[in-house]
Amino acid sequence: MPESKSIVTRLILVITLFCATIFAGTLGYNYTRSRAILEHELEANARNQALSLANRVERELVSVSKVAEGVARSLETSKHTEAELCGLLRSTLAANPGIYGSGVAYEPYAFSRVERLYGRYYHREDGKSNLIRLEDSYKELPYLYWDWYQIPRELGKSEWSEPYFGEGGGKILMSTCSIPFYDTTAGDKHLRGVVAADISLESLTELISSVRILKTGYAALYSRNGMILSHPQKEAVMNETFFNIAESRHDTTLRELGKKMVRGESGFVLYTSPDGARNWMYYTPIRTTGWTLSVVFPENELLENVRNLSMTMAAMGFGGLIMLSLAVVYIARSITRPLRSLVAVTEIMASGNFDVELPRARSNDEVGTLTNSFQAMATSLKEYVRNLTETTAAKERIESELNLATDIQASLLPRIFPPFPNRKEFEIYASMDPAKEVGGDFYDYFFIDDHKICFLIADVADKGVPAALYMMVAKTLLKSEGQRLGKPELILSCVNNILAADNDSCMFATVFCATLDTRSGEVHFASAGHNPPLLMTSQEIRYLAVRNGVVLGPMPDAVYNSETILLEPGDTLFLYTDGVSEAKNPEQQLYGEARLLQALHEAPNENLSDLIRHIRSEVQRYANGAPQSDDITMLAITYRGSAPED
Amino acid sequence: MPLQSLIFLCFLLLATIPSCMISVAQAAPQKKASLLPLWSPQAQFAGYYVALDKGMYARHGMDLTIRKGGPGHSPAESLQNGEADFAIMWLTTALHHRSAGTKLVNIFQVIPKSSMMLVSRKSSGIRKIEDMQGKKVGLWRGDLSIPPHTLFAKRGIKVQEIPQSGTVNLFLRGGVDVTSAMWYNEYHVLLSSGVDPNQLNAVFLQDEGMNFPEDGLYALEATVNKDPALVAAFVDASREGWQYAFAHPEEALDIVIRYMRQAQLPANRMHQKWMLERMRDLMIGGRNQAPIGTLARQDYETVGKAMQHEGVISNYPDYATFTWRDNAGK
Repeated sequence: MPESKSIVTRLILVITLFCATIFAGTLGYNYTRSRAILEHELEANARNQALSLANRVERELVSVSKVAEGVARSLETSKHTEAELCGLLRSTLAANPGIYGSGVAYEPYAFSRVERLYGRYYHREDGKSNLIRLEDSYKELPYLYWDWYQIPRELGKSEWSEPYFGEGGGKILMSTCSIPFYDTTAGDKHLRGVVAADISLESLTELISSVRILKTGYAALYSRNGMILSHPQKEAVMNETFFNIAESRHDTTLRELGKKMVRGESGFVLYTSPDGARNWMYYTPIRTTGWTLSVVFPENELLENVRNLSMTMAAMGFGGLIMLSLAVVYIARSITRPLRSLVAVTEIMASGNFDVELPRARSNDEVGTLTNSFQAMATSLKEYVRNLTETTAAKERIESELNLATDIQASLLPRIFPPFPNRKEFEIYASMDPAKEVGGDFYDYFFIDDHKICFLIADVADKGVPAALYMMVAKTLLKSEGQRLGKPELILSCVNNILAADNDSCMFATVFCATLDTRSGEVHFASAGHNPPLLMTSQEIRYLAVRNGVVLGPMPDAVYNSETILLEPGDTLFLYTDGVSEAKNPEQQLYGEARLLQALHEAPNENLSDLIRHIRSEVQRYANGAPQSDDITMLAITYRGSAPED
Repeated sequence: MPLQSLIFLCFLLLATIPSCMISVAQAAPQKKASLLPLWSPQAQFAGYYVALDKGMYARHGMDLTIRKGGPGHSPAESLQNGEADFAIMWLTTALHHRSAGTKLVNIFQVIPKSSMMLVSRKSSGIRKIEDMQGKKVGLWRGDLSIPPHTLFAKRGIKVQEIPQSGTVNLFLRGGVDVTSAMWYNEYHVLLSSGVDPNQLNAVFLQDEGMNFPEDGLYALEATVNKDPALVAAFVDASREGWQYAFAHPEEALDIVIRYMRQAQLPANRMHQKWMLERMRDLMIGGRNQAPIGTLARQDYETVGKAMQHEGVISNYPDYATFTWRDNAGK
């Protein structure tokens, strides 16, 4: 059933969509907020981690430079022999495990007047300290021109060198803390040499590379030139600078970041690594050397928990939505199931079978009420249909009888025209159109004797069967009494008395009764409350002024007056019932006597049947489709003059 | 070639016709030779390492060894004492040594112009050579300082000369006001240390009338006279190596970086890329549209006269004597 499906579908669609939207909104907000909170916390976390790491590195470096400083000061205070110098360097190395190598290099002829260059250096090798003569080891380029010697010499202050491969000494990657020392005995300050203390870059960066941040996060160390000293990407270490990376990626913001780093600034930035991953980085300087330490947090790992939580929530929400949908389906089904069985039954009912059993209402909800209402409706419809069937049967019987009655009534009224073909003195024509199957109007004409014809028109009040029956009685009486009495006033009063005698139903009829003497054209007439007829002469058409008596039926002993007019040959009397003058158009306006008079003026007058048909069609045209409310009856008689005697 | 060898060779040729060319190369005895670059492996010498790696020397019948260059390895001395058959040195260096008696001949001019710069920080206020009066200027030791020395002498400027090592850290830390820099090397090192070009004032010596041709391939006159075919093969293979390196820069960089790693040197790809690109600019770009390897007679005379004028050398040989060209001999 498409209807019930659509209820279920609509319910699922609307409820699920709304819930999904609300849920998605909540989830999205939750994710964004969590992320913001996390990032906020991250900055503090990253700063702490970077600072504590930087401090640890700094401590190691500071301790090394303090030792070197100590050596330099001791060299300044007293002149050392070679043995003393070597002893000092050896013991320094032994006492400071953080120092990889320690040495002293002198300015030309500063140690002895004989040897131009002089330098002694001890470094760790296989657990022992190994002595190197610097004047010999730096064969290709004297130690004088190496950064570790030249820079502090030129600057006149202690310096940490850029990490380098110790070609003339330790043969490892190292950074040297160089302290210049002076001869101040002669009054002014003369540079005597430089004390160098080396740290192994590897042991220093071990600390940094051991730092694990989340899964792939890391700490990195950059030199004063931006050289990468410690980084998970081993091949970049001591090969590339931060600026080379920026250059290879054509990334000017990265270069700017690098410049901030070498300037000794600190900060918290989000940047995209070459593989497209977004990372948060906190960078902070190591003051002693001017290096930069950075800790890098991969954003997607950082947000992994939030994302996982969101995914779990989304999965739960999705599951919930499915369960909600199932619940909606269940409820919708439980509502539509009785509805569906009800629909199945009512469809049978719609086809007219009221005897089917309605499903029993299981609950008191709307569906139950609906079922009960259907039950009641079915019962009353059944009763109604039964009654209707009986009524229809009765009506059909009556209708067939009425048809019969109509036939009888039609046969009662004279319908053959001309009725008296051999009488040339007059012409007569009549018509009756009943409003219902059987009418209350009638007309009649008959000869009283050879020269006198009686003609009448009557209208029984009310229509239908009672009027027809009454009309039958009235017509029979009028004809029999008319033939017996011969005078209109007598006929009317006699018939009135007969009708009034047993008139319990108080029915009545209006009658216009007249006799025409075919020899003289003299017309006697009397009216029992009927419309006055029209007289059509060659000069004029006018209503006859009739002294009306009371209607036939309700009152016995009524007196009717006879009046007389003389018809000239060619004159016509036009009789009609109120069905003509009171015919209504759709606006409920009456046809009226004035219009009738006008119509008669325009009517053809050669032939009576044409005249009557004309009036009939005029009335019909006026009614313009409005239902006919009363019988329309007309009778016209024309006097032609007395016939010559045969 | 002994008769037996010839017969054997013919037999080999017949036996291996499809690969006869390779067979010839392999079968011919490889002449041993050695090259001493001016410095340790880097893209400045990409052409030779590429030619060695891609077998171009071998194809020209040479078994070439590239010796370790750099501080303490004087190319001229190496040629003199027979440690190397070929060496790379500057024209000034070569003329200096020739004047001192070492009969060097130029067999191929790699860099036909000067790429040397004197670089200072803009903040130091040094804008031109004259501003360097009395300033601490880092100069390389040895023959590399001849062009700036000549320039300073010509302009009558006295600077406080500081010997400069292989790094620019002394300049970066403020130990000198001006540093010597090669356009293809130290200048990029400065940029790679976070100094922007707009923070630097770089004076090209070639713009100061000191367009001294730099890297050239040299051999002793004796070597050239003894085995001109070897010299020609070396020059041709080296030229091919350079052409291949410029046509396949990424592969050339791979090769150079491999040699750098072997020498335990920091191998910075972006830096080597810059260097190779600048070498290309210097060798094949610019005003001078002469074929690669040409030493312009006019430049030669200019350098010779300038050095003579400054008293660095007493005399210099004529252009034809000094430059040996394979096609010139034919």
